[in-house]
Amino acid sequence: MSRAALLVLADGRFPAGGHAHSGGAEEAVKAGRITGAASLEAFCRGRLHTVGLVGAALAAAAAAGADPVELDAAADARTPSPALRGAARRLGRQLMRAARAAWPSDELDALAGEFPKGAHQPVVLGVTARAAGLGAQDAAYCAAYESVSGPATAVVRLLSLDPFEATGVLARLAPELDLMVDRAVAAGRAVPGEGVDVLPAASGPLLEIGAEAHAGWPVRLFAS
Amino acid sequence: MGAGAARRVDGVTVSGVRATARIRARGDGRGGTSLPVLEGEGPLALRRTRGSGAEARVVLVGAMSGPLGGDHFAVEAEVEEGARLRVGSAAATIALPGQAKSEARYDVRLTVADGGELLWLPEPLISAGGSELYVTTRVELAATARLVLREEQVLGRVGEEPGRLGSRLTVRVAGRTVLDQELACGPGAPAGWDGPAVLAGRRAVGQLVVVRSKFTTHPVTARIVGEYAAVMPLAGPAALVSAVAPDGLLLRRVLDEALAELG
Repeated sequence: MSRAALLVLADGRFPAGGHAHSGGAEEAVKAGRITGAASLEAFCRGRLHTVGLVGAALAAAAAAGADPVELDAAADARTPSPALRGAARRLGRQLMRAARAAWPSDELDALAGEFPKGAHQPVVLGVTARAAGLGAQDAAYCAAYESVSGPATAVVRLLSLDPFEATGVLARLAPELDLMVDRAVAAGRAVPGEGVDVLPAASGPLLEIGAEAHAGWPVRLFAS
Repeated sequence: MGAGAARRVDGVTVSGVRATARIRARGDGRGGTSLPVLEGEGPLALRRTRGSGAEARVVLVGAMSGPLGGDHFAVEAEVEEGARLRVGSAAATIALPGQAKSEARYDVRLTVADGGELLWLPEPLISAGGSELYVTTRVELAATARLVLREEQVLGRVGEEPGRLGSRLTVRVAGRTVLDQELACGPGAPAGWDGPAVLAGRRAVGQLVVVRSKFTTHPVTARIVGEYAAVMPLAGPAALVSAVAPDGLLLRRVLDEALAELG
C-alpha cells in the first residue's frame, strides 16, 4: 500500500465536494441538539457507530472487491431517507470525477457507466481506494473519519465553535474510530464470500428524520 | 420436549425457554381466510379472534412474562396467495432480566405470497432495566404481496433506565432487500445511542413499514409528520414511517396518524 496515496484521498481538500455537507449537523444545531463541543462529540459518536460504521463497511467491501452494484443496493436499503440517498449519490458522483482524474482505472470507469447519476459515496470510495492501490482498511478509515470530520468542521461554521475544540472532539473519538474500523473491515472483507447481508445496518433514526426536515428548509448553509 | 421445560417455578433455571409459535393463513376459496396452522407454544399462545371481511385475525397472548435472559422465542407467520391476515398482541412484550445471564432472543419470520396481505401490528416491546434482548424481524414478500408492519420499542418502564436492546428489521420484496435497519440501545450499546444523532434522550422509537406494489409507480411523498417523525419512500415499492418520541403513547399517536394518511 501507499501511505502517500492514503493522505491524498483522505485530505479534506481532496476535491470531492464533502465540504458542502454537514452530515446532519446543521439540522441538529437548529433543533438545539448540538449547542457546543460536548453535544457535538455526542452527535459525532452516534454518527460514528451508525452511518459511520455502515459507510466504512461498504467502503471496505468495495475495496476488497465485492460487487459494487450489490453494495449500492445494500446502501439504499440501509438509508431510508430519500434526502440522504440523494446526497450520498451526489457525493459519490463528485468523488468519482476527482477519483478518475487522480487514479484512472477500468473499475472506476465501469462503476461510472453503471451509475451515471452517482453510486453511494462509500462504494465509490472503496473502488477509488482499489484504484489508488489502497486496501480495505484504508478505505474504511477514510469513510469512518469523514463520517465525523464533516459534522465537526460544519459546526465550527454553524456555531462559531472554536476550531481547537472541534479538533479536540475528533482526537478524543480516534480510539473508538480505530475499534469501529476493525469491525467494519471484518464485515467488508466477508462480503465477497458471504454476500451483503453480513454488512452492518446500524441506524440513527434522528439522522434520517432530521435529513428529511433539513431537505424541506427554504434556505440552508449545507446541502445535507 | 415442550416449551418451559428449562424454567422451573422453584427457580432452578438451566438455560431459558425455547418456544416457537406458527401461523399459516390460506384463502378459503369463499373470499375468506382460513388458518390451517395456528400453533402456540409455552409462553407464546395464539388466539383467533373475529376478523372483518376477508381477513383472519390472530392475537398473540403472552401466557408468561418474558422473554427473560436466555430465552429464545420465535414467531413464524406465512400468508399464502390471496389470503389476508392481521396479527396483534394482547399486551406489550416486556423484556426482563433473567437468572440466566445470557441474552434473550426474539426472532420473527414473516412471509407473504403474491396477492396476500399481512397486517403485523403488535403492541410495543418494553426493555426493562437489566434485561438483554436481541430481536430480529425478517419479512419476505412476493412482488404483489402487501404489508403493514409496526415495530415500537420503549426504553425502560416509567422512570427506569432501559436494559440492553438490539434489533434488526429486514424487509425483502421479490428477493430484493428494500429495508435493513439495526438499532442498539441501552447499557453496553455502542456509545452515542442516547445522543443527538440517534435518540436524543427520547425513550420511544418506532417504525411502520408499508409495502404495496402501486408504490413502484406512485411512491409516497417524503414528509415530516411530527416533531421527530418522517414518512419516507424507500428504494422499492415500500414506505417507512420512522419516529422517535418521549414515550410510547406519543409514539403510537404519530404512527397511527401517519398510517391513516397513507390510507
